[in-house]
Amino acid sequence: MNTATQVQEPSQRTTISPRLAKNYRRNITERIIEFLLMLCALSAVFTTIAIVVILVYESYSFFEHVSVFDFLTDPQWTPLFEDAHYGIMPLVSGTLTISFVALAFAVPVGTIAAIYLSEFASHKTRETVKPILELLAGVPTIAFGYFALLLVTPLLQMVFPDLPTFNMLGPGIVIGIMVVPYIASVSEDAMRAVPMSMREGAYAMGATRFQTAMRVVTPAAISGIVAAYILAISRAIGETMVVAIAAGQQPNLTFNPMDSAATITAYIVQVAMGDLPHGSIGYQSIFAAGLVLMLMTLFFNVLGHFTRKKFREAY
Amino acid sequence: MANADLTTKAEARDFNFFYSNGHHALKNINLPLYENKITALIGPSGCGKSTLLRSFNRMHDLYPGNRYEGEIVMHPDNTNILDANVDPIEVRMRISMVFQKPNPFPKSIFENVAYGLRVRGEKNKRLLADKVEEALKGAALWDEVKDRLQDLAFNLSGGQQQRLCIARALATDPEIMLFDEPTSALDPIATANIEELMNDLRGKLTMLVVTHNMQQAARVSDYTAYMYLGDLIEHDKTGDIFIKPKDKRTEDYITGRIS
Repeated sequence: MNTATQVQEPSQRTTISPRLAKNYRRNITERIIEFLLMLCALSAVFTTIAIVVILVYESYSFFEHVSVFDFLTDPQWTPLFEDAHYGIMPLVSGTLTISFVALAFAVPVGTIAAIYLSEFASHKTRETVKPILELLAGVPTIAFGYFALLLVTPLLQMVFPDLPTFNMLGPGIVIGIMVVPYIASVSEDAMRAVPMSMREGAYAMGATRFQTAMRVVTPAAISGIVAAYILAISRAIGETMVVAIAAGQQPNLTFNPMDSAATITAYIVQVAMGDLPHGSIGYQSIFAAGLVLMLMTLFFNVLGHFTRKKFREAY
Repeated sequence: MANADLTTKAEARDFNFFYSNGHHALKNINLPLYENKITALIGPSGCGKSTLLRSFNRMHDLYPGNRYEGEIVMHPDNTNILDANVDPIEVRMRISMVFQKPNPFPKSIFENVAYGLRVRGEKNKRLLADKVEEALKGAALWDEVKDRLQDLAFNLSGGQQQRLCIARALATDPEIMLFDEPTSALDPIATANIEELMNDLRGKLTMLVVTHNMQQAARVSDYTAYMYLGDLIEHDKTGDIFIKPKDKRTEDYITGRIS
């Protein structure tokens, strides 16, 4: 009794019965929605590509006038002066120094805040403190700029009398304060995502709260915590207003946070506010600086990606 | 059920437990755990057996609002481990626990087993290495992992992870081990391994095991307690419970009329 029947694929889509006509329409709607969703997702990709294209294109014209070697080794950045120098390093050093100060402040404070909120605070405290902390991320950066210039720097000058009015320490700390909510909030989410069973395991071994938090929960959440640091680094490198206001706008090849300096973003905003003719070398220098900024951010993102992969824990 | 050669290692006396939502989960429980014997807790879901087990190492302290009443006394020192003056951390150092789902820490195999000793402040490398080896041997895992002690514990299979958790609990020389449905997340072969392991530990350690699996209770335990709706219905030698239960409700459960 072998009656294997050949199943034939219908040669074209047919509506089986009027009852199912609705089904067909539903498929079309579904596809339109899918297309719209994809469009939204792609808009971010296209924007990124467009920015890269413009940056590379304008920088290309810039590098026709300035050699890449000079760009990377000249210790001066004075594109708007009579005697123009195009060495990006003073801006890079300013950017890195300020970001370093910011992270030296924000990483410990943010991480400890996250550990407290996730492992020690009562439910009520957490629900009160976290939204307030997140509100801090919504304060306009211009307010932080004047906060650095008019409050933090004068306070620091009481400790370090030689500190100039424009310096990198004050704005660095203020940017640190600004990114604490990012680190605290994202790290806290990562720590809360560690399953309770793992904490119970630690407590059952006789661990204290502190030991559980430090030796079990934090290592388990490390990939999320590193993600928070990366977010903070990108934010610190890209921060413009605070440094433009409080760090002075003199490109200065130094890693000493007590000096005044300019960052890449501060330079860009400074030039953009002047009236440079379109296509001039000064105008193009913005794009070269922007390209460097983007590469730096990209570098840290890639670094973060691999660090996260390395520490990735499955549970 | 009293027997002359039995020493009581711990016992619940008129013990009541209330969850933070007011639910009266355990009612007047009186249960002895005999030294170096395995006691099994059986009963339908929601009867309170896990709640009772977790009271023995004060796991309920982790969640605010839970309340104990009555006593759980540990011998020979006669300490009521529920007393407000008793540090729950000290209790957990004497009574360790193995959970339903293997919950290794995000650390190496070695560090998982050494964890309990490390939180006790042990730094002597030689001693740690010896203890870890002894515990892994005790948990019948040593031969499988001795060449990769520095590997991440998550790379082990589920059954191996559970034996690792047993090794972790053994490493601190506990007086009592609690097992909360230790095999319910494991396949039959891994389950057989764990049961064999518990059999090996019989006579060396006082154990309390919650299980959903009555065959398992019959296979591994010396004593069995049947719980129903927060009451302890019957406690006796495992053979007696399964062959001639005194209470009608116990009989209904073990013959499958209540599930």
